[in-house]
Amino acid sequence: MTSALEVAMTRHIGEFDLDVAFTVESGISVLFGPSGAGKSLTLALIAGLLRPDTGTIAINGQEVTDCARHVYVSTQDRRIGMVFQDGLLLPHRTVLDNVALAVRQSRGRAAKRAVARSWLERVGADAFAERRPSSLSGGQRQRVALARGLAGDPALVLLDEPLSALDAAVRSELRTLIRKVIVASGIPAVLVTHDAVEAEELGDVVINYNEGRVTGYRVVERVRDTEPDGDAPRSSESP
Amino acid sequence: MTGLIPHSWLNWLGIPPWVWNPLSVSLHAALEATVVVGVVGIALGYALARGRFPGRGAIETIFSLPVALPPTVVGYYLLTRMGGPGPIRTFEVHVFGHPLTFTFAGIVIAQIVESFPYCVRFSRAAISAVDPRFEQAARAMGVARWRIPFLVTLPLARRGIVAGVAMAFGRAMGDFGATMIVSGSVPMATTMPIALYNAVIFGTHQQAMVLALAQVVVSLAILLGVSRLGKVRPW
Repeated sequence: MTSALEVAMTRHIGEFDLDVAFTVESGISVLFGPSGAGKSLTLALIAGLLRPDTGTIAINGQEVTDCARHVYVSTQDRRIGMVFQDGLLLPHRTVLDNVALAVRQSRGRAAKRAVARSWLERVGADAFAERRPSSLSGGQRQRVALARGLAGDPALVLLDEPLSALDAAVRSELRTLIRKVIVASGIPAVLVTHDAVEAEELGDVVINYNEGRVTGYRVVERVRDTEPDGDAPRSSESP
Repeated sequence: MTGLIPHSWLNWLGIPPWVWNPLSVSLHAALEATVVVGVVGIALGYALARGRFPGRGAIETIFSLPVALPPTVVGYYLLTRMGGPGPIRTFEVHVFGHPLTFTFAGIVIAQIVESFPYCVRFSRAAISAVDPRFEQAARAMGVARWRIPFLVTLPLARRGIVAGVAMAFGRAMGDFGATMIVSGSVPMATTMPIALYNAVIFGTHQQAMVLALAQVVVSLAILLGVSRLGKVRPW
């Protein structure tokens, strides 16, 4: 079976050295570790926003980076979705237009907007489809960002600390939503966090990061994977 | 533009030809110059803000030079390059049949050179201030590279760009030195500032007062209108 993501790469930035190799299958894989461990840098390299110094990256079996062969598929052509820490919704477009911009699989404005609206419904954000991002709360913005990240039918969705800018109550609510929506979509996801609770509640697999290295790999066993609302995670750790 | 408003309307509005003719030349020339400056200046501002190529600083300095130079110096160089012997004059004669000095086109060229730096500098500053992560987010959404400036960068930088275009238009409307040297005071190619200068020189102070007031009113109205464009649909 083809892996959703295969990474083996190095990148040197200033005093920092990233040297990681891991594989991601279906479900949510969490890159967990302290700030400055190289988690977000890893996402940027997977997304093609930066280039590794050496190594390869394959998404859904397709090689998107191979430094030795000078293969660098552009970010646009990697079929990824991204959810950023602060949403990064375009302030001059409505919520619906923000999500529609990410829809790749349909042609024409009306078709794109229909797909976007269905994703807004799935994340519970359809009520403010015509509003501008500046009028939304932080939690509402991240719901829209999640819809935007998934609306393009990506082969892989990358979430860079999507909850870290939110207060505790909203984080808890959105943790449940993120897991529910991503599992239901069937789209493999890589999520970055430095929050242990978040890693445990969201991840099927937790990949531990420290100082630019993968230091551990842990499968989180779940009682009921199809109904994530009732999940009770249990961990089985491996070195 | 003179023909855009019938003389009967001008008579009815009480606008005498000695006001309308130079005003229409100024508006026409400034609009043409601003269109050219807007398109090329915003593109160059974008390249300077987002491009990574050698000589960016030198390019910005060269295109900013007209701001630091007296307009008469700019006019002198334009007159000698466009009107004097050399490849530029040869090109003008080959394409237009005559040199462009002392013509309406000469006025537009002088205004383009004078107003260009304002548009470039304002655009570059506004585009540089846009968080590049918005563009990264668009790339991750699969938005084609060529569409990102139009969908993301320029709309986010709109206010600064509109201010730059408005400044360029104001500079073009108000240019005296460069226009005077390149095109002089040719009938039907006399701008408002030159008409005002003539009125002062010939001692027709009543006309000078009216011309000055007309320029103030028109410039104010246009700048207010343009500044409104940058405030439409605030976020």
